[in-house]
Amino acid sequence: MELPDRNGYFGSFGGRFVPETLMSALQELDNSYQHCKDDPGYWEELYYYYNNYSGRPTPLYYAGRLTERYGKAKIYLKREDLNHTGAHKINNTLGQALLAKRMGKSRVIAETGAGQHGVATATVATLFGLECVIYMGEEDMKRQELNVFRMKLLGAKVIPVTSGSKTLKDATNEAMRDWVSNLETTHYIIGSVVGPHPYPALVRDFQAVIGSETRAQLLAATRKLPDYLLACVGGGSNAIGFFHHFLEDRQVQLIGIEAGGRDFDPGNHAASLSSGRPGVLHGSLSFLLQDQNGQVSPAHSISAGLDYPGVGPEHAYLKQSGRAKYAAVSDEEALQAFELLAESEGIIPALESAHALAYLEKLMPLTTGENIVAVCLSGRGDKDVAEVSSAFSVGQEVEKI
Amino acid sequence: MNAIDHKFALLKTGQRKGIITYLTAGDPDLQATEAIVLEMACRGVDMVELGVPFSDPVADGPVIQAASKRSLEKGVTLDGVLKLVGNLKSRIEIPLLLMSYYNPIFCYGLTKFIESASCSGVDGVIVPDLPLEESETFSRDLKKAGIHLIYFLAPTSSDERIKATVKRAGGFIYCVSVAGVTGARDDIPAQAHKLLKKVSSMTEVPLALGFGISSPEQVKSIGKRGSAVIIGSAIMKLVEQGGGREEITRRVGTFLEEFN
Repeated sequence: MELPDRNGYFGSFGGRFVPETLMSALQELDNSYQHCKDDPGYWEELYYYYNNYSGRPTPLYYAGRLTERYGKAKIYLKREDLNHTGAHKINNTLGQALLAKRMGKSRVIAETGAGQHGVATATVATLFGLECVIYMGEEDMKRQELNVFRMKLLGAKVIPVTSGSKTLKDATNEAMRDWVSNLETTHYIIGSVVGPHPYPALVRDFQAVIGSETRAQLLAATRKLPDYLLACVGGGSNAIGFFHHFLEDRQVQLIGIEAGGRDFDPGNHAASLSSGRPGVLHGSLSFLLQDQNGQVSPAHSISAGLDYPGVGPEHAYLKQSGRAKYAAVSDEEALQAFELLAESEGIIPALESAHALAYLEKLMPLTTGENIVAVCLSGRGDKDVAEVSSAFSVGQEVEKI
Repeated sequence: MNAIDHKFALLKTGQRKGIITYLTAGDPDLQATEAIVLEMACRGVDMVELGVPFSDPVADGPVIQAASKRSLEKGVTLDGVLKLVGNLKSRIEIPLLLMSYYNPIFCYGLTKFIESASCSGVDGVIVPDLPLEESETFSRDLKKAGIHLIYFLAPTSSDERIKATVKRAGGFIYCVSVAGVTGARDDIPAQAHKLLKKVSSMTEVPLALGFGISSPEQVKSIGKRGSAVIIGSAIMKLVEQGGGREEITRRVGTFLEEFN
């Protein structure tokens, strides 16, 4: 059966837990989306922009030097970092902006953590002549100054969010409050496979291009399916997009990597699937980092894009059904993988994607030379170099002085 | 008979608009909340809605968000608010409603929550992020325990949704005056009148208008189709001004005097 069901459930996860005021807007969005889904003209237009504007299909690159280093399975990288704006986020924002246009909306809003989704939204808003407002936690604005500038350059208004923990979760709250107050004119472009139905499904469908290309590219290059797929999971959109077209291929092991942060104490990580419990945040029932009273716990990750206490409901379902496995790697391990890929392949990965790469340390010893591992390189790391250089060189700087 | 139903029957006989007040429980602390509720009962408030604090109150504007945050910093929990309700119920007769976002209730356990709410004497439960589609079993089980799940309708609700909602609604229907979040406003928007007119033509369940209500003039202007108003942010603004427990209680009391 195709999931989600008509109520937006993936098994026991998902649904629509939002104020009544939003229900009609979600219904409208669902209707418009179902309509577009069956309209070849819509997909033709979307693929026009995927191919000519964003640079799709992105390459599937055989990482020879990295493969050599481990001396086991062949490692392939799906180069989503080569998309326009530097990450997979634009697959979704292009799809949703076209949807917004078809719904007759003149304004789009979005939440952003690291700023990648904000930049991707601001970009498509400019492209399609839509007014654009981005909500970003005050803390994140400090951490990602360059992306704030980028969004402003693209004509978006960036509103600092000062409530709660001043990060992605609070920016999402604020975007929902804006949406409920401006339903007539506004479409809310959620940046991941989270939120109330139909968002987890529609964002997945836009990101599924990652996996469908990977499948075809791998078959062309190796004549077989991969043994393992690795992708990082914050909200989980690149992972769902990567996994989707392999769900029926039971022999392909799907592994999502969460941010293990500093350690597994509450507030020190963002591993909702590995250590959270079912709960409701931002409109859907999924795994959630929360205290014993059902208050949402703050998350932490060195990567701002994974710094989120919830996760998409389809991941909760894939975990529960056993179809996908989830593991966590620490900030430290992600930093090492960041450096390793730069040194071995001349590719600087986003810190988010570095989490997926870091898991190779654990996975590779279990593989053989016959195996194939494909990793979703969801974004490029230019935005992270300042953060990483300060993490690496604190000791050295002190020495120089 | 459920105390909310009884109250609306009395309001109807007395041809009076009901005043429902909202308070975020635990701001500045639970003792203050208790004192303010007692004052409200003295001042002729018809029902009180006690808000359980939540970390992510998406339906609320800045005033109630801030109140929720202060309350959480005091360590207030759903259990604590249920105890407060039990305590108040032995001292006052007006109906008490519990407002909570869904996750604290879900985390507490739905069955256990209904038991505890029933033991404490909760008359109605308001869950702003639990729409009709997600609440069939919950509302039925609450009803069995003699508690109403209060449903919302908004200016954006379709006719189809209004029909389905009035069919299941009990106690009253919380009509949202604007598509937006909670927070005091100056007037009653035209869309609120439209909503009251439309819903009242489809049901006998009493309608209470909330979101943005802050003045006696607004109460007068809601017309014959609304049975009650809900005043929230305007009161929490007075609580926010601070001072001692007595000072806050007095301030809220003086504000409510105007509504008599």
